[in-house]
Amino acid sequence: MALEPVLNVTGRAVFIPGADIDTDRIIPARFMKCVTFDGLGEFAFYDVRFNSETGEKTDHPLNDPRFAGASILVAGVNFGCGSSREHAPQSLRKYGFNGVIAESFAEIFFGNSTTLAMPCVIATAADVVKLRDAIEADPSTEVTIDVENLRVRTSGGLDFPVTMPDSAREALVSGRWDPIQELLDNDAAIEAKARELHYV
Amino acid sequence: MGKSLFQKVWDAHTVGTLADGRTQLFIGTHLIHEVTSPQAFGMLRDLGLKVKFPQRTFATVDHIVPTIDQDAPQDPLAAEMMQALRKNADDFGVTYFDLASGKQGIVHVVGPEQGITQPGTTIACGDSHTATHGAFGAIAFGIGTTQVRDVLASQTLALEALKVRRIEVNGDLRPGVYAKDVILHIIRLLGAKGGIGYGYEYAGDVIDRMSMEERMTVCNMSIEGGARCGYVNPDAKTVAYLKGRPYVDMTDFDATTARWLSFASDPDAHYDDIVRINAADIEPTVTWGISPDHGISISENIPDPAKAATPLEKASIEEALAYMKLDAGTPIKGVKIDVAFIGSCTNGRISDFREVAKYIQGHKVAPGVKAIVVPGSQIVAIQCEQEGLPKIFTDAGFEWRGAGCSMCLAMNPDKLIGDQLCASSSNRNFKGRQGSPTGRTVLMSPVMVAAAAINGCISDARELFHLEKPAAVA
Repeated sequence: MALEPVLNVTGRAVFIPGADIDTDRIIPARFMKCVTFDGLGEFAFYDVRFNSETGEKTDHPLNDPRFAGASILVAGVNFGCGSSREHAPQSLRKYGFNGVIAESFAEIFFGNSTTLAMPCVIATAADVVKLRDAIEADPSTEVTIDVENLRVRTSGGLDFPVTMPDSAREALVSGRWDPIQELLDNDAAIEAKARELHYV
Repeated sequence: MGKSLFQKVWDAHTVGTLADGRTQLFIGTHLIHEVTSPQAFGMLRDLGLKVKFPQRTFATVDHIVPTIDQDAPQDPLAAEMMQALRKNADDFGVTYFDLASGKQGIVHVVGPEQGITQPGTTIACGDSHTATHGAFGAIAFGIGTTQVRDVLASQTLALEALKVRRIEVNGDLRPGVYAKDVILHIIRLLGAKGGIGYGYEYAGDVIDRMSMEERMTVCNMSIEGGARCGYVNPDAKTVAYLKGRPYVDMTDFDATTARWLSFASDPDAHYDDIVRINAADIEPTVTWGISPDHGISISENIPDPAKAATPLEKASIEEALAYMKLDAGTPIKGVKIDVAFIGSCTNGRISDFREVAKYIQGHKVAPGVKAIVVPGSQIVAIQCEQEGLPKIFTDAGFEWRGAGCSMCLAMNPDKLIGDQLCASSSNRNFKGRQGSPTGRTVLMSPVMVAAAAINGCISDARELFHLEKPAAVA
């Protein structure tokens, strides 16, 4: 299965403040009552974007017209913690995000995002602050996540290193972010392992 | 240098190394439920694939089932999800413990009680609380839906090995301190992100003395500490629990037992980190904020942002207190509650209900408090009935319900309303977790929930119930 390599992603960015932003926050559980992932985009961060009593928009950054159309999400530590729901990265993808830059990621969210070709790169706290200040000072700033060289650059001149596990970087840049075909190709080894395990 | 259980299980299940460097790991047991599997079956259909080993996937329905009138969800979306699981199980030949089977329940309760969960195995499920099964010495972890597809199609996953942190809890737990307090204390100490990159091995004499159900409570919340899996080495208790259960092959049980026990960590195993905790330092623990690491003992005051060590911590406390509508520096004890919930994959097993039932007789739930009790499975519910527990709960003013996830994540009709505050035996206190965008959750042990329900406010169960002798961990 030939997939598109993800060498870099570019777009305007939005900073979402706060540590430990969990996947319930990204997509509240009541929106998971569905049998496809279609239509999840409009519910991303729903309960912090809308006042639950009045239905009015809150002052959440995603409601700020200056950041409308942003496709890079910038966040703090432990982004995507909690539930394993793939509905969370699916909703971000469908909302229009193509990449996430954060101080750290919860592992299941990270893996789910990689499989959806949405690179998640880790930046230092100081670099996240610089990036936040740059995009808030000029929301038209273009931000590039260079997955191949593991750097983030902005049209305003910021340029700093980021990290991600080697395997995820390799999977993205070589177009193997969805591993299904490679897993299936090893069928003989899978059969052999199944015979070896007593309980299978 | 010996090997840890994690390394042994990982090595035994390694199929090969993928081009990107990840391990192709065989997943011996796959558990599925109605929320995270329908899209995976949709992907299989799109790709024209079948389920590789249908006999190794087990399904049940838990998240969206109502706890009243269970067979007929009024919610058309919930009904559609139940129908989809039925169809997928039928079309692909997967075992389905449905409501009519008498074996339905929360997937992490069903696996162990059927004996599907076994030592030395790998277990995956599209659910982050899959770590629960680690109590049996399995490497068990949550996965996303695309990975559910991968397991269905190939019985394998592309994964990177974890580091292993051994967490030893030694000494004696004080009276009124439960397994739930142990794990809330661990998460408080190590943080909600402290476990990123690690699997947790829980050990020490406190863990050794715990029952299998208590070990499940501890392992269940590994993910709340950031660890993708957590486990306890298998021992005689593990074997005794599993012996004779439906999915345990009893033909040569001695050989099976020997194989299971061989997966336990070697005495000279390598660990990437070791943490030692003194059991006597653990008090009944409750959360005050919006992350599971926002924990304090029942006798402590709610944190004061003015005393925070860093600006980040200050902002985090302020955000949590604003959401929780709690006052900095005041006691957590005495905070009024609106709802009490006993249940979930953390604390919805027979021992949880037995333990609470010991203390609530002669007490009444406080006026104005809605208290609901939800068994973790149909089998747990039947056990409770055989022991006369539902009447004890209903006499005390609790509502006795049918099995499911219920108010842990409120995908069924059991939800908080507005900014209600819930004393909950579940695992997550995230904003909006219990179904209302402004609802508030305070996590604690089931006995502490019962005390809060009776007093109408967060309470020290040791005082209300006169807990003098060591309780659960005898």
